[in-house]
Amino acid sequence: MTSMEMAITIGAIVLGTMCTRLLSFFVFPNDRKVPKFVAFLGKAFPIAVIGMLVVYALKDTVILAYPHGLPELISVVATTIVHLWRRSMMLSIGGGSVLYMILVQAVF
Amino acid sequence: MSSSKKAFSYAFPLTIPIGVSFVFLGIGLGLYGISQGLPAWLPPVIALVVFAGSMEFVTVSLLLAPFDPIGAFILTLLINGRHIFYGLSLLEKYGDKGWKKWPLILGMCDESFAINASTTLPDDVDKGWFYLHVTWLNYVYWSVGTLLGGVAGTLLSFINFKGIEFVLTALFLVIFLEMLLSATKVQPIYFGIAGVILAIIALLVVGKTAFMLTAMFGMLVLCYIAYKWGGVRYD
Repeated sequence: MTSMEMAITIGAIVLGTMCTRLLSFFVFPNDRKVPKFVAFLGKAFPIAVIGMLVVYALKDTVILAYPHGLPELISVVATTIVHLWRRSMMLSIGGGSVLYMILVQAVF
Repeated sequence: MSSSKKAFSYAFPLTIPIGVSFVFLGIGLGLYGISQGLPAWLPPVIALVVFAGSMEFVTVSLLLAPFDPIGAFILTLLINGRHIFYGLSLLEKYGDKGWKKWPLILGMCDESFAINASTTLPDDVDKGWFYLHVTWLNYVYWSVGTLLGGVAGTLLSFINFKGIEFVLTALFLVIFLEMLLSATKVQPIYFGIAGVILAIIALLVVGKTAFMLTAMFGMLVLCYIAYKWGGVRYD
């Protein structure tokens, strides 16, 4: 690819990304009343989408071959237990991540 | 304390885990870019103008493939289509924030969405400033990490960072748990579980590239059914 072609490709990706970011605000500008169903979506979606983001963050987990997703499973369970126990974001995230790093580097 | 400073004191601690992981993931992007033969300055430029997580790794691979800007555009819509639903969820929170609305919208990423959509702030904290601080901090973490990876990545390669990406998994998981725990009604819990199940089904059916967009469309249909025929309301 020439430098010009690279610039055009990056431009196309930026344009696509900005379209997805702007679309909802373009369709429902704040001077127009948001339909009731859309307001309902705005309340129902965040928790569902954050649940989806958990799956998104785990999408590269290897299940069918060794280690069969065990490091991820163990770390997710441990993070959940620590969080339910202390409810400290720093402790849960820090502890879970250190455990995962030990598991993928030294155990599995 | 000014309203901006006060909002910062709430925003900054929440972004620390994101900062840690973004710097290391950014280093990863920088290293990946140079390992594929791109100049060291290009990954930071991609980080600054695209700023959309996994799409930037895809960008590097697209730059090495035959020239196809239309294909790149369509692939971007598939991978980043989830932003449409972030916007939909944040219409009310971002819509009335004056000039701040634009950097908030254009600087949106998964992590800023997760923090800004889930955090309940005391009334005396300026929400617009809080959202903006979260957004720009995440942007800076990512850009700095990518720059470090491009410029000094090889110097850092003696440390084994394998697995550091779990910080983001844990972040989303903990935010999700907090939202479930703080729910005062049963509806949000059902919506949360529905989101997880839809994402898993979509991942198995359509694969990694477009599953988030697919799952969100599924959620849209589910919400419509619940609202129209199930009579489900939030307030």
